[in-house]
Amino acid sequence: MAKEDLGLEITELRLGLPDTEHVSVANKNGEKKNKRVFSEIDGVGDENSSSGGGDRKMESKNQVVGWPPVCSYRKKNSVNEASKMYVKVSMDGAPFLRKMDLGLHKGYSDLAFALEKLFGCYGMVEALKNAENSEHVPIYEDKDGDWMLVGDVPWEMFMESCKRLRIMKRADAKGFGLQPKGSLKGFIESVGK
Amino acid sequence: MNYFPDEVIEHIFDYVVSHRDRNALSLVCKSWYRIERCTRQRVFIGNCYSVTPERLFQRFPGLKSLTLKGKPHFADFSLVPYGWGGYVYPWIEALAKSRVGLEELRLKRMVVTDESLELLSRSFTHFKSLVLVSCEGFSTDGLAAIAANCRYLRELDLQENEVEDHKGQWLSCFPDSCTSLVSLNFACLKGEVSLGALERLVARSPNLKSLKLNRSVPLDALQRIMMRAPQLADLGIGSFVQDPESEAYIKLKSTILKCKSITSLSGLLEVAPHCLATIYPICPNLTSLNLSYAAGIQGSDLIKLIRHCVKLQRLWIMDCIGDKGLGVVAKTCTDLQELRVFPSVPFGNPVAVTEKGLVAISMGCPKLHSLLYFCHQMTNAALITVAKNCPNFIRFRLCILDATKPDPDTMQPLDEGFGAIVQSCRRLRRLSLSGQLTDQVFLYIGMYAEKLEMLSIAFAGDSDKGMLYVLNGCKKLRKLEIRDCPFGDMALLTDVGKYETMRSLWMSSCEVTVGACKLLAKKMPRLNVEIFNENEQEDCSLEDGQRVEKMYLYRTVAGKRRDAPEYVWTL
Repeated sequence: MAKEDLGLEITELRLGLPDTEHVSVANKNGEKKNKRVFSEIDGVGDENSSSGGGDRKMESKNQVVGWPPVCSYRKKNSVNEASKMYVKVSMDGAPFLRKMDLGLHKGYSDLAFALEKLFGCYGMVEALKNAENSEHVPIYEDKDGDWMLVGDVPWEMFMESCKRLRIMKRADAKGFGLQPKGSLKGFIESVGK
Repeated sequence: MNYFPDEVIEHIFDYVVSHRDRNALSLVCKSWYRIERCTRQRVFIGNCYSVTPERLFQRFPGLKSLTLKGKPHFADFSLVPYGWGGYVYPWIEALAKSRVGLEELRLKRMVVTDESLELLSRSFTHFKSLVLVSCEGFSTDGLAAIAANCRYLRELDLQENEVEDHKGQWLSCFPDSCTSLVSLNFACLKGEVSLGALERLVARSPNLKSLKLNRSVPLDALQRIMMRAPQLADLGIGSFVQDPESEAYIKLKSTILKCKSITSLSGLLEVAPHCLATIYPICPNLTSLNLSYAAGIQGSDLIKLIRHCVKLQRLWIMDCIGDKGLGVVAKTCTDLQELRVFPSVPFGNPVAVTEKGLVAISMGCPKLHSLLYFCHQMTNAALITVAKNCPNFIRFRLCILDATKPDPDTMQPLDEGFGAIVQSCRRLRRLSLSGQLTDQVFLYIGMYAEKLEMLSIAFAGDSDKGMLYVLNGCKKLRKLEIRDCPFGDMALLTDVGKYETMRSLWMSSCEVTVGACKLLAKKMPRLNVEIFNENEQEDCSLEDGQRVEKMYLYRTVAGKRRDAPEYVWTL
C-alpha cells in the first residue's frame, strides 16, 4: 500500500521535529543550538503545521518515541476494558467484516486513517471533507437504528451513538442528494439490503 | 584467617551471601579467590555480553543459580530496534555441555526461544527455578516443555513477557508426580489454561505459596483454587467479575475469610468494582499491593480499598488515585517503603497526580525509600520538602509527563529540587530525572550523589559540562543512560577510563559523532562500542563527522560479539 498517498506521515512516530531536517550546528559558545526541545517535538510549538489543524496537534502530542517511559508490555495491558468501544465495520464488496475500537481514536481524521488502513482503500479522509466527490461514503448506524453520514456531529457524540459502521460505494447512492446533514434511513430501506 | 584450614574458611564463606561481598572476598588473596570460586553457587551477570559462558563456569564450577540481563534498559521504551540481541540459547547450550548442575535461571530483557526452554528442561535434572522478566521469543510450547520435564520444579515466574499463545495445554503438562511447586506466575499469558488442570495442580502442591493467575481464570475457579490453597501468601487475581447474587460470589466471600496468610495481592486484570468489597477482609494483612494493571478500578474504589490496608509496605497503583487518594495513602499506610504511581493509558489523564500527592506521601510515610512517580507537574518547593521528610531514598525516579516542564509556580528549572534530593538522600543509588533541567542539576549530582549507581537522563542539560559533572563526581556510577541531551564528543572523550568502571553507557539523540566513538573504541579495547545505523537508504560508510543517533557501550572481557544484527556497528 503506497504510503505517500495516504498522508500517513503525520501519524508516523518520529524522533525529530516534524517537517524539519536535522542539521548539526554549533554556535559561537560551542553550545549546540539544535537541541531538540521536547515541546517542539510534541507539536505544541509547531506553528507551521498546515492542514489538519487541531486534530494534528492532538496526534503528534504523546508521539515522542519512548516518552513517557512506560514499558511496552505495560502500555498494552493497562487499557481500561470498559473504555473499549468495538463496533463492526463493513465495506461494500469486502467478503468479511472487521471490528474496530472507536475508543482508540481521537477524532474523525484519526478514524479515517484507521479505516483506510483496515480495508486498504483510499480516500476516506477526502470522503469526510467532501462527501460529493469521493468514491466511498462512510455511514454509521446510530442508537435509533438510523443510518447517518459520518462527520456531522461532534466526535464524542458520534462515539456514544455509533453502533456499527459501513463504507458504502458512492455509486450506490447515485441520485440521492448527499446533503451534509441528513438521514439515509429511507435510502437503505429502499435498497433492501 | 589464613591459619585456618580451607574447610573452616569455606564454612565462614557460606554466611557471606551477597554478590558484592562475595566479589570482595575473591580479591583478598589467591587462596581466598580459590576457595571462593569453588564454593560460589549464585552468580549475577548484569550484561550477558560482558563475559562468555565458558569463562563463567570455568571459574565457578559449582554454579547453581545464574542471573542474566540482556538488552539495555531503554529497550523497554522501544528505543532499541528489533533483533539487537540478548539471546539466551548459547548460554544454555554451553552450560548444558559443561555439566554444571544448574538449578535456577533468572533472565531479564533477553530473547528466549522455545528451543532454549526445551534444552533447559532436558539438560539439568535438578532444575528448580525459572524466572523470566520482560523477555520475548517464546510460546506456550516452551512452557509445556518446562512443565513436563523439570521434575523438581519449584518456581515458574513469568513477569511482563511477550508470550505467544499456541493454544496447547501447557499447564496440563505438569505430571501428576509434580508436587513441589512453591511459586507459579502466569499472569502475563494471554490465552486460556485448562482450569481443571490448574485446580488439580494446586491441590497437589502443598508448598504453593505464590500463585498469580491470568485474565482467563474466572472468579468461580479462583474460589475453588483458594479453597485448595489456604496457605497462599501471594495471590494474583485474574478475572474478578461476578454477579453479586450468584453462588460463586457468595462462596468466594466465605473462602476469602479463610485465607489469613495472604500478605501480597496483585492482578485484578479484569474487575467489576462491586466485587472489590469481598477483598476488604484480606486488606489489613497486606504488606504488598500491586494494582497497576487493574485498569477497571476507578479512583474512588481504589481509595476505599486502600483505607483497609494499614500494614502496606509496597504499593503499585495507577494515577487515577489522584492527589487526594495519595493523601489517604499517607494517612493509612504509615509503614510504606515503596511506592509506584503509573500513568493511565492513554497518557495525559486529566485526573492525575501532581506534586501535592507526593508531598502528602512524604509527610505520612517517613520510611519511604523507593519511588517511581509519573505526574503532570512538579515544583522545586515540593521536592525540597520531600527531601527533608524522606532522607532515606535509595531509588528516586520522577517522570513528568511533559518532559521539559519547569516548576509551574516559579517557571524555574527543577535543578534546586533535585539538588535537594541528592543532598539529603545520602544513600541514593538510583535516580531518574525529568522536567526542565540545566547543567546545574548535574553539578549537584556530581557533588552529592556519592552512592549513585544508576542515572537516567532525558531532555536535560545545556552543554558537555553537565555530563562531565556526573562522570567526574559519581564514583560509584555503573549505568548511565541519556537521551535527547546536548552532550557531545568532548563529554564522551574526556575520561575514557571511567567507562571500564561502569557496566554500560547509553546515549541516543545526543551530539556524539562517529569519529568520537571510533576514537573511544580504539583507546579502550575492553569496551564494546556499538552504534546503531538504522538508515537503510544511507550509504554504508560512516563519516566521522556524522552524528550518532544511538550508541551503547559496555565493558567486556568477551570481545566483539558475533550475533549482532546488520544495523549494529561495533567499532
